[in-house]
Formats: sequence, C-alpha cells, structure tokens
Amino acid sequence: MRTFLLSLLFLTGSLLNFASAQTHESPDAASHEAAAPQEEEFNVGNMIIDHIVDSHDWHIATFGHTHVTIPLPVILIDEGKLVVFSSARFHHGLGSYMGYKIETDRKAGRGKIVKVIPGTMETDKTASKPIDLSISKTVVGIFITFIVLLLVFFPVASAYKRNAGHAPKGMQSLLEPLILFVRDDIAEPSIGKHYKKFMPFLLTLFFFIFFSNLIGIFPFFPGGANVTGNISVTMVLALFTFFITSFIANKSYWMHIFNPPGVPWWLKFPLPLLPLIELTGIFIKPFVLMVRLFANISAGHIIVLGFVSLIFIFANMNPALGYGVSPVSVLFSVFISLLELLVAFIQAYVFTMLSALYFGMATEDHGHEHETAHS
Amino acid sequence: MSLLSTLLQVASDLAPVAKMGAALGAGIASIGAGIGIGNIGRGALESMARQPESTGDIRSNMIVAAALIEGVAFFAIVVCFLVVFI
Repeated sequence: MRTFLLSLLFLTGSLLNFASAQTHESPDAASHEAAAPQEEEFNVGNMIIDHIVDSHDWHIATFGHTHVTIPLPVILIDEGKLVVFSSARFHHGLGSYMGYKIETDRKAGRGKIVKVIPGTMETDKTASKPIDLSISKTVVGIFITFIVLLLVFFPVASAYKRNAGHAPKGMQSLLEPLILFVRDDIAEPSIGKHYKKFMPFLLTLFFFIFFSNLIGIFPFFPGGANVTGNISVTMVLALFTFFITSFIANKSYWMHIFNPPGVPWWLKFPLPLLPLIELTGIFIKPFVLMVRLFANISAGHIIVLGFVSLIFIFANMNPALGYGVSPVSVLFSVFISLLELLVAFIQAYVFTMLSALYFGMATEDHGHEHETAHS
Repeated sequence: MSLLSTLLQVASDLAPVAKMGAALGAGIASIGAGIGIGNIGRGALESMARQPESTGDIRSNMIVAAALIEGVAFFAIVVCFLVVFI
C-alpha cells in the first residue's frame, strides 16, 4: 500500500518535471504574426470557456510567456490509419504536425484537431476530420478519479474481510456511512427485494460522480479537470442507466409503455398517442439525468471562474480597483466552492437515486392489481 | 425617416437582441426556480413544524424535489448559453 502511494507520488512528480521541461519561451518572431496579438484584451467569456472545455494538453500555469503544461497523447484514426503523437508537437496551437493542427478559430470548433492545407496553417475545410480518440484532459481526469476510487475501495474491501464482525476502523469507518446510505436510502426503498443485483452499479455510479465532482472543485493538478461538467461524460453515465433499464425491464414495464392498461382505446388506435408519449418518456428520462448533472457542475465552475475574473476585469480599469475587489471576490469564490461541495454530493445522490428509481420501476412486480381494469 | 433608418439598422443584425433575449430567459428561469423551490421549502418547513420527528425524512425528500426542479431551471440556462455562444 505504501509503495503504491510512493510510486504514485513519484509518477506525479515525474510528470510535473516532464511538464516543466515542456515550457518554452514565447515562440520566435516568425510565428508571432501567426499568433494572437500580444496585448490581448482580457476576454472573460473566452477565459471561462477555455477552462470548461476539454483540451489536448493540461495547462497548469503561465508565467509571463512561458506556459507550464503537460502534453497529452494525441490518438487519431484517419481513414483507417492510426496516428499517435504527443500534443507538444502542436506548440500550443501555433504549429501543425503531420498535416494536423488544433483549430484556433472560436467559431469553427476551437480545440478540435483538423487537417491543414499542406504548406500553410489554414484549415482544410473540405477534408474529413479524423476520428479523435486522444487521451485528452477529461480522459486523464477520469483516470485520476478511477485511481482514487481504486486506492480508496480496495483497502476498504480488504478491511471488511479482515474486520468481519468487529467495528470498522480508518478509511472503512469513513466510507461505511456513505455505502450504507446508498444501500438503505437509495437502493432498497426504490428497488425493493432484488436491490442487491444493482448495488455494484449504483455504488460505482454514486462514488464516481461524487469523487469526480469533488476533484473538479480542487483547483490544482491533479484536480480541476471538469470531468462531470463535460456533457459527453454525463451522456455515457446516462446511457448506462438507459441500457440497464431497458435490458432488465420486465414485460409489465413494456406493457405499460406500449399498451397502458386502463387507458381508453381511442388513445392507442388508430393514432397511438399515449404510447408515443410514453416512448419519448423513455428517452427523456436519461436525457434529463445527463443535462442535470452537466449543467449543475458546469454552472458551479463557471460561477467560480466568473468571480475570479471579476478581479481581472476591475484591474483592467484601474489596478487599485483590482486590489480592492480581490478580498470580496475571493470570499465569494470560497462561499460558492462550499456550496459546490454540497452540490457535488446532492447531484451524485440525485443521479443515483433516479437511476435506482428507474430500475425499480422497470422490475416492479405489479401483482394482480390491474385484473379489474382488463375487463 | 431617421427613425426608419435606425429601425433598419436594428433589424439588420439581431445578434445583440438574441443575447438580450438569452439574458432575459435566464432571469425568468431563475424566477421560476425560485418560486418552485420556495414552495417546496414552505411545504417542508410546515410539515416539519407539524411533526418534528419526521424531520429527517422530510429533509431528504425536500432536497430531492429541489434538485429535480433545479434540473428544469438548468435546462433553461443551457438553452440561453447556447443562444449566446453558438
């Protein structure tokens, strides 16, 4: 256990070293004209968006003109060919490599990898975009959450085996209230007798979302990757719920959707109004799960970034104003971050609870309560 | 005449109007969320006052309902965001 932690520390340290080896002074005059103008106005909207979206390198800090970033691997599938290289070859979006570059135009898919017209730095708008399977910042964030989950739960699992019958100690006693909360307040009331089958998924879902939310609030590396604030990630989580619900649903669930009992016949034939509404409901429920988590977490990050950028907006007007607004801005950011801690837990709870509710509804055994309505 | 040309100028590029619409939409969504969650809070506090020993149950249900309503408000926020940035 200790050696694992030490090797993780070593890995992080070496990554940071690697990162500082990638710092370069501002590029030479030739690429200066291609780069943005030196005295760029501080644009709040752009800064906030740049901190929310995914990117191909992990930007840690900028000191004057040196960028400290961790370059992440770029993996592309272009017309069947696999292309792998480090995103350091892009020189922070100023250079092209092997015919690809990172799009910088804000209106045309900024941050995506596109092909260039050979010999220039312009996007080849007629070429097909390669399939991008890169290890981007969000993917590294998912890996970090995954490593934290493993680091936390393997010791807890072995502690349960060791301490069977005794009081929990250490990490086990920290997590036991949460695990029992998921079992007794989320799974068992919603699903009923067969809740044990769904416990692994619900526990993983809850802790993945909870830890990802928390790690996203932490502003320094390895935190701050905005994993659950990325709609693709929440879409995958919602798709898990959707597929599981569809596969484990029993006959009475599908009956209630396509042939609801107790509903007048003219709503089902010739125009199946109610079945259509119920069908859209099947898709809307996971969709809402996705948007709820994405919007809550993204909004929290945007608010904190907005408060911090208040300082820079005021400083642009007058340096003294900048200093004056800093304590207020920092206090508000702290307050919002505390709120974000609460939101992190609540969103994980709501996502897991609604998933458990959908599982429960799909496997509900109605008994014979509809016998009279079928007459 | 000058009024007409001013109107023409406004009508030719409606992007700022779209942004104003987005801002108004976000404000109205906040009003809706505020009213809805306020109702939930009122119901929850009244019930807790009637029966203090079910405070825990009521609190959990209140938070769940509030999260669901916030989800709807966030829909509106996301739409307004899309209007501004896309």
